[in-house]
Amino acid sequence: MFLRNLFGCLLLAVALNATAAEFRVDQKDKQFSVSHLKIKAGDTVNFVNNDPFFHNVFSLSDAKTFDLGSYPQGQGRTITFNNPGVVEVECAIHSQMKLVVEVEK
Amino acid sequence: MSINRRLILFGRTILMTGLMCLMAVAGVTRATTAKPDPYLRPVAVPVPADNAITPARVELGKMLFFDPRLSGSQWISCASCHNPALSWSDGLPTAIGDGMKKLPRRTPTILNVAYNTIFMWDGRAASLEDQATGPIKAKAEMDQDMTILVERLVAIPGYKAAFERAYPGEGITEKTIAKALASFERTIVSANAPFDRWHAGDKKAVDESAKRGFKLFTGKAKCDVCHEGFNFTDNGFHNIGLKTPKGMSEDIGRYAQRKVKVNKGAFKTPTLRDVALNGPYMHNGMYRTLEEVVDHYDRGGDVKDNLDPNMEALNLTPQEKQDLVAFLKSLTGAPVLVMIPQLPR
Repeated sequence: MFLRNLFGCLLLAVALNATAAEFRVDQKDKQFSVSHLKIKAGDTVNFVNNDPFFHNVFSLSDAKTFDLGSYPQGQGRTITFNNPGVVEVECAIHSQMKLVVEVEK
Repeated sequence: MSINRRLILFGRTILMTGLMCLMAVAGVTRATTAKPDPYLRPVAVPVPADNAITPARVELGKMLFFDPRLSGSQWISCASCHNPALSWSDGLPTAIGDGMKKLPRRTPTILNVAYNTIFMWDGRAASLEDQATGPIKAKAEMDQDMTILVERLVAIPGYKAAFERAYPGEGITEKTIAKALASFERTIVSANAPFDRWHAGDKKAVDESAKRGFKLFTGKAKCDVCHEGFNFTDNGFHNIGLKTPKGMSEDIGRYAQRKVKVNKGAFKTPTLRDVALNGPYMHNGMYRTLEEVVDHYDRGGDVKDNLDPNMEALNLTPQEKQDLVAFLKSLTGAPVLVMIPQLPR
């Protein structure tokens, strides 16, 4: 387990040196762990479900339209934001879950 | 290099890597505080900053709510469908609109609508103020042109005075009509039910069957995944696998507002407060009794296409089903008493 975590951390550390970064946003208690996230174009966000029921992640914003589908506790879905702009991210199942991703150049 | 030195260096590397991970993986967590009891009544009804509740606003809103002159036909009021004698609904499988036309969805109760964060079966209104004039303007419902309505109300001296008392200097407008209606609706709040008394410590407030039912509700039957907290709703949208009743068209529900696959056939979770008084059930009114509703969930829904992933067969015993119904019946409080207003002429 320790080695697995270490390996994961090392991978991310390597990723730090690259131009794109990976961010993690948790879904817990029917909320996103952050309400606003500032990233750079090309960065990736991993949405991880920590609730004991399904969540969804989607956006219908002009800057980025996507639907990552629904997935259960312990699973995550990843999306890369290639274009600058403001992206409103929601959970289609739980209307109160909202997150603004600000993608900079 | 000594083993100790190597271990220290290794430890430092791990620490640095960990710190880097923290920077790279921006899983920032919101401040955590002790969670309040979700079943406790909120201290206050939520009210928007620009529409504080005052007696004059509630009184005006009540008059408008019961006034059939708010409709194009001048024959249908808000209360025609949201009838206080029928638990603020109409007791019909689906509503009746302008020209006695049958509408495709059931009239939702307005009981506790103040606590909702999104409105209508498909969530097309973002606030109670937004919602309030929706049915008035809808062609199929009250079919009222708002410009004509404002002219009609301006011509009634009693209304002119009531609007001035409620919203001094703002006049009679679509906005003030909506704000007054919303103010009245925010006063339609459920009374304490046996469940609340039991939850507060009165062991005799509900019977053993209802107690077992609550355990099932929050356990094996997983009802609280959607029907959560004091108002027993997550303000969420779920496709619960209902069949389309004969003679009715398929209803895409929330999908009309948000074109995301999971929303196809999904509808907003309704409150369960006073649910025993509020049949028929579901957005299409297809079930007459709570027993039928529990059977539906026990089957895990009927139509599996795009079914909410949280739905699955429950395998409840007949006793467990009875217990769930007993619990649901324990959510019935005393009726909200409303004096029907004298309307200005």
